[in-house]
Amino acid sequence: MNDKNKNHETIRQQEKSGVSRRGFLKLSGGLFAGAAIVSGFGAAPAFARQRTIKFGYVSPQTGPLAPFAEADSYILKGIREKLKNGITIGSRTYPVEIIVKDSQSNPNRAAEVASELILSDEVDLMLVSSTPETTNPVSDQCEINEVPCISTVAPWQPWYFTRGGDMSNGFQWTYHFFWGLEDVISTYTSMWESLSTNKVVAGLFPNDGDGNAWGDKERGFAPVLDKKGFRLVDPGRFQAMTDDFSAQLSAFKQAEAEILTGVVIPPDFTTFWSQAKQQGFRPKIASIGKGLLFPSAVESLGEAGHNLSTEVWWSPTHPFSSSLTGESSLELATGFTRSTGKQWTQPIGFVHALFELAVDIMQRVEALGEPDAVRDALLATDLDTVVGNVSWKNGPVKNVAKTPLVGGQWRLGGDFTYDLVITNNEGAPNIPIGSDMQTLG
Amino acid sequence: MEWVNTVVQGVLLGGLYAMFATGLSLMFGIMRLVNIAHGDFIILGAYLGLVVVTTLGLSPLLSLIIVLPVMFMIGYVLQRVLLNRTLGTDILPPLLVTFGLSIILQNILLEVFSADTQKLPAGELGLSSITVTGDLSIGVLPLITFLVSVAVIGGLQFLFYRTELGRAFRATSDDQETVRLMGVGNSHIFGLAMAIAMAVVAVAGIFLALKTNFDPTIGPARLLYGFEAVIIGGLGSLWGTLVGGIILGVAQAIGAQIDPGWQILAGHLVFLIILIFRPRGLFPRSVD
Repeated sequence: MNDKNKNHETIRQQEKSGVSRRGFLKLSGGLFAGAAIVSGFGAAPAFARQRTIKFGYVSPQTGPLAPFAEADSYILKGIREKLKNGITIGSRTYPVEIIVKDSQSNPNRAAEVASELILSDEVDLMLVSSTPETTNPVSDQCEINEVPCISTVAPWQPWYFTRGGDMSNGFQWTYHFFWGLEDVISTYTSMWESLSTNKVVAGLFPNDGDGNAWGDKERGFAPVLDKKGFRLVDPGRFQAMTDDFSAQLSAFKQAEAEILTGVVIPPDFTTFWSQAKQQGFRPKIASIGKGLLFPSAVESLGEAGHNLSTEVWWSPTHPFSSSLTGESSLELATGFTRSTGKQWTQPIGFVHALFELAVDIMQRVEALGEPDAVRDALLATDLDTVVGNVSWKNGPVKNVAKTPLVGGQWRLGGDFTYDLVITNNEGAPNIPIGSDMQTLG
Repeated sequence: MEWVNTVVQGVLLGGLYAMFATGLSLMFGIMRLVNIAHGDFIILGAYLGLVVVTTLGLSPLLSLIIVLPVMFMIGYVLQRVLLNRTLGTDILPPLLVTFGLSIILQNILLEVFSADTQKLPAGELGLSSITVTGDLSIGVLPLITFLVSVAVIGGLQFLFYRTELGRAFRATSDDQETVRLMGVGNSHIFGLAMAIAMAVVAVAGIFLALKTNFDPTIGPARLLYGFEAVIIGGLGSLWGTLVGGIILGVAQAIGAQIDPGWQILAGHLVFLIILIFRPRGLFPRSVD
């Protein structure tokens, strides 16, 4: 182990005993090199010990958000296999350890395991995915403890603004890649414009983070719809896990809405959709965020799920491949199906890309063990991943990199019970369309 | 007409809530047992239904032929082996044990069935409705749910007040010590009571699974309405539980008609108001 690395070991030990890193750096100054040599004599085995690169990964493996993390073990298996010989930085190769923690779908628990990863496992880079309930508390812990962190699978606004970011001042240590609300709005409206309707839109927005963002009078759907000549019928926020939607249905029927949109959880959408059929509300298009993400949710609607539309952030037909394993989107998805017997889901691509970024960044780190060096390498990232190009240089704010978003419809009669077919690519013309948009039966 | 529709939908929903609540009402009425895992047992019933439907190809309602006796057995064994040991003057042990059961059940279900959201196929039944007038249509499935709920409660009422077993239940509920002196075995009576409660839970689980999605962790959300319906109706009263469920359903529907944000809140508010003015519910049976 060279002197530089050893210094950082010392710093970290000091950190544990309560002296702040910054303060210690200031205090020690020039004396530092000398002190390190002295301590080096006393701790000979430290020279022999191999430095390990440590990644911390937090995701909701259990609890209500567990479908997001369903593919984690498959992806991690592939990544670990790929990294079994370690990562080479400069001329030296270091073994890699990926420490995985379960958030149990609970924000408090997510913060707790993140702090464990930072303080006792001393990870070099934190990775976190799946919904603001997971990404936000973990990112906050990293920001406080000055550890670089990459998060994904949450629209960037609830990740950025909810944590107190504003347009001019961002964060020092935490970075995010995904799409944003503006992309969903433009994808949805573009899908709706491709079919002929009376342009009356029924909005189903619950009283939660996503529902309030989508339904926001200034930053949500309303202003864009106004501009494009749509009329939004929004009866107001409702509490998630509702058993009765007759109030909304009577408002939608009265306004003769032909388009339905919203961001609801699967149980709410199933309840709504069955009740809509019972009470005779039959829109021509239904574009729903969140609730139609996973095939199991669409299957639970029976035949009534055909041609429901949703946003698509990754699919096996995305023309990208992994920088790490070389697998194409299609290979990644079929590999998952082969090993688990299950249909592909959208988080697969993003969780894989998270580790692509981690490996790419660590390979470019100039001083291992120095969080600043990791952060600098992160900022210089320009990588073509399985979800598209990721670079933090041209995001909407400095901590956010955007990935492409397209629209798709769930169709019966393909390889699986329901297949997600891309029907609109106005937001990303390089992603091929599978079929034209169709109205609901 | 809009308001008529609102109230009708609320009443139908109340039937489902009453079914969630009946099991709780039974357990508390007879054993003074507050079952925190009640919601999770409803979900267990739903999963058992799913297994029967997918493996044997039975229709969801027919799956009750198997699910109902299975849940009955589970209830009896659970009470004899575990819950009877927790009952006593202290109310805390059964609370803690059922809380633990709730966590164990959720994780077993997660392990066996994964986190995927599931639903029992209701087919045409789930989508069809009877149109009364232009604005008022009654969904067939909600109607069946309501009628089954009334039938279940009617059946239990008969069992309680017209049979020897019912007399033993009521006697045990009133005075455990004296009943034992009369030669009735508490443990067995409690076992049967839990078994019957679980059979009702099985019916509730199947109807919930026909109506909407379920996953391993969704149970506790179903517990709250059950508790509220029991307390509104009055502890130990079965018809009271049905009334409680309906009041809750109608309050939610009317709240939603005023503003969707008021839907759940309206139910809770009605519950609070009743708690303030009739702390023992509308039709309390037991005097203690």
